[in-house]
Amino acid sequence: MTKKLKIVVLAKQVPDTRNVGKNAMTPEGTVNRAALPAIFNPEDMNALEQALRIKDKNPGTEVVLLTMGPARAAEIIREGLFRGADGGVLLSDRKFAGSDTLATSYALSQAVKKLNPDLIIAGRQAIDGDTAQVGPQVAEKLNMPQVTYAEEVLEITDSNIVIRRRLERGIEVVSSPMPLLITVHATAAPCRPRNAKFLMKYKSARTVTEDSSVSDAMKITEWGAAEIGGDDNSFGLSGSPTKVKKVENIVFQAKEAKRLTSSDADIDSLISELFTNHTIG
Amino acid sequence: MNNIIVFCETDNGKLCDVSLELLTKGRTLAQTLKCDLEALLIGSNVESLAKELYGYGAKRVHLADNPKLEFYRTLPYAAITISLFKEEKPQIALFGATSIGRDLAPRVSSALHSGLTADCTSLEIGDHQDAKGNKWENLLYQIRPAFGGNIIATIVNPEHRPQMATVREGVMKKEPLSQPVDGSINRIDTSKVLMDTDFVVSIIEREIEEKKIDIKSSQIIVAGGYGVGSKENFKLIFDLAKVLGAEVGASRAAVDAGFVEHERQVGQTGVTVRPKLFISVGISGQIQHTAGMDQSSMIISINSDPDAPIHQIADYAIIGDLNEVVPKMIASYKKHSK
Repeated sequence: MTKKLKIVVLAKQVPDTRNVGKNAMTPEGTVNRAALPAIFNPEDMNALEQALRIKDKNPGTEVVLLTMGPARAAEIIREGLFRGADGGVLLSDRKFAGSDTLATSYALSQAVKKLNPDLIIAGRQAIDGDTAQVGPQVAEKLNMPQVTYAEEVLEITDSNIVIRRRLERGIEVVSSPMPLLITVHATAAPCRPRNAKFLMKYKSARTVTEDSSVSDAMKITEWGAAEIGGDDNSFGLSGSPTKVKKVENIVFQAKEAKRLTSSDADIDSLISELFTNHTIG
Repeated sequence: MNNIIVFCETDNGKLCDVSLELLTKGRTLAQTLKCDLEALLIGSNVESLAKELYGYGAKRVHLADNPKLEFYRTLPYAAITISLFKEEKPQIALFGATSIGRDLAPRVSSALHSGLTADCTSLEIGDHQDAKGNKWENLLYQIRPAFGGNIIATIVNPEHRPQMATVREGVMKKEPLSQPVDGSINRIDTSKVLMDTDFVVSIIEREIEEKKIDIKSSQIIVAGGYGVGSKENFKLIFDLAKVLGAEVGASRAAVDAGFVEHERQVGQTGVTVRPKLFISVGISGQIQHTAGMDQSSMIISINSDPDAPIHQIADYAIIGDLNEVVPKMIASYKKHSK
């Protein structure tokens, strides 16, 4: 049985934390994203693949990417379109600046309400914060069940979805009604590569901010706080219960290290010392 | 009221280490704040575990015991936790950063609009003043690495309660009291809290393996890095571990290269260890790795690169070829242990 579904994939453009330089943080302790290479958050790619697989099996299904971020985050929507998504929405507004996970979830959930999907699929967590909080928080705000750490969507029937989850020491298979929010684990299938046909089709897809003369067919939707409605105080810094008190760059604390060579004498005296102070025995 | 509540997880009828570690930490925090430490225990047939919780200082155990709660499911566990927190108004709530805690805590924080900080590596009590000059006393400092471990952030939740945090297993010390506290049980009437709609997600199948490799509880760890060179050469690391009665750990690079199983990975994306002795072999010492082992009582580093960062946190830095040093250590150990 196949079913036409509407799926929203929550994705985030993240700084590539493997390449963090000294200018990564502003003096105020917030992230200076401009100084970092930005990538499609890896587990959100796994999420996109699960959505596209559902679409493969259920023709007529629509996959929409939803992301919150600055203007350049439109890049990941294009990336999604190149791989098979049908559309995308960029949530961008100064009012969203300084959002913690809760304020982010609030904005995303307002946008999801407007899109009214059957399924929401997100990566488990983003590599810049590794919190894994936004998925469950969006689910709660939408008052729908959540299935976290999904590895594979096994089956979709008329009203139910069966999912295999990856836990610390094993797996769990669960069944849930829809609408539902799923977060996808890194052990799920990797995302398919770009498709040449979609690359041609969407290469000029732009937001109005990127290109004010973009045609309607190529327009990537941009929503601000006004478009998604809701309480302004719940957005951004004012909607964020957590505050950053202090940020420290990691500096190795100088500890007095005894430097040894690989000579027999050095190794032997070390081992002997370890015996003496009962570290080994 | 306004106490500290630790969400206690069980696994196969036993309390999880991470929960006992959190109770140990919570005890110290409660002392500083002059409030009580309490536990939330949800499950089926778990009442007998309350005694063990008293042994870690929990003065009250909020107990939700119901056959339907045998296995963790988000909605019923969240409903119980949210309802309890609304009633008890704890100032601090702590969860293990496990697959359960990381599923439950954000759901609860969203429902209560309270701040949550994931994967804290340190929790302290202190004061806070914001840019406008508003002051708060005795807030929970939630300290965690961010940005792939390149920065350490201190997070506070000045205005919303409870202040919520998750902490990974092995990060805090686990220490029972010599004398258990005189605790009591607060039985939660689950029939009043739970609704049929909380059970819409059903578990069809569960396959959970027993924990096999457990490097966390080992007193001595010998860990190898990418510098070991190959899966075959990792035998050196296993040999040294064997004579010392140690467990084998590894850096992420060594695990990614397929030298050893992921269960052995030490660091931010692996396990955090604090053994009596940590011997680091052929590991450069990136912060993602050292965040998981720098609390070891003694660190010996072996690396031919004199400038490798690992040497800076070591107590003994051996600048030399591991293929030469490790066999010499084994030989020397055998000589001295006779």
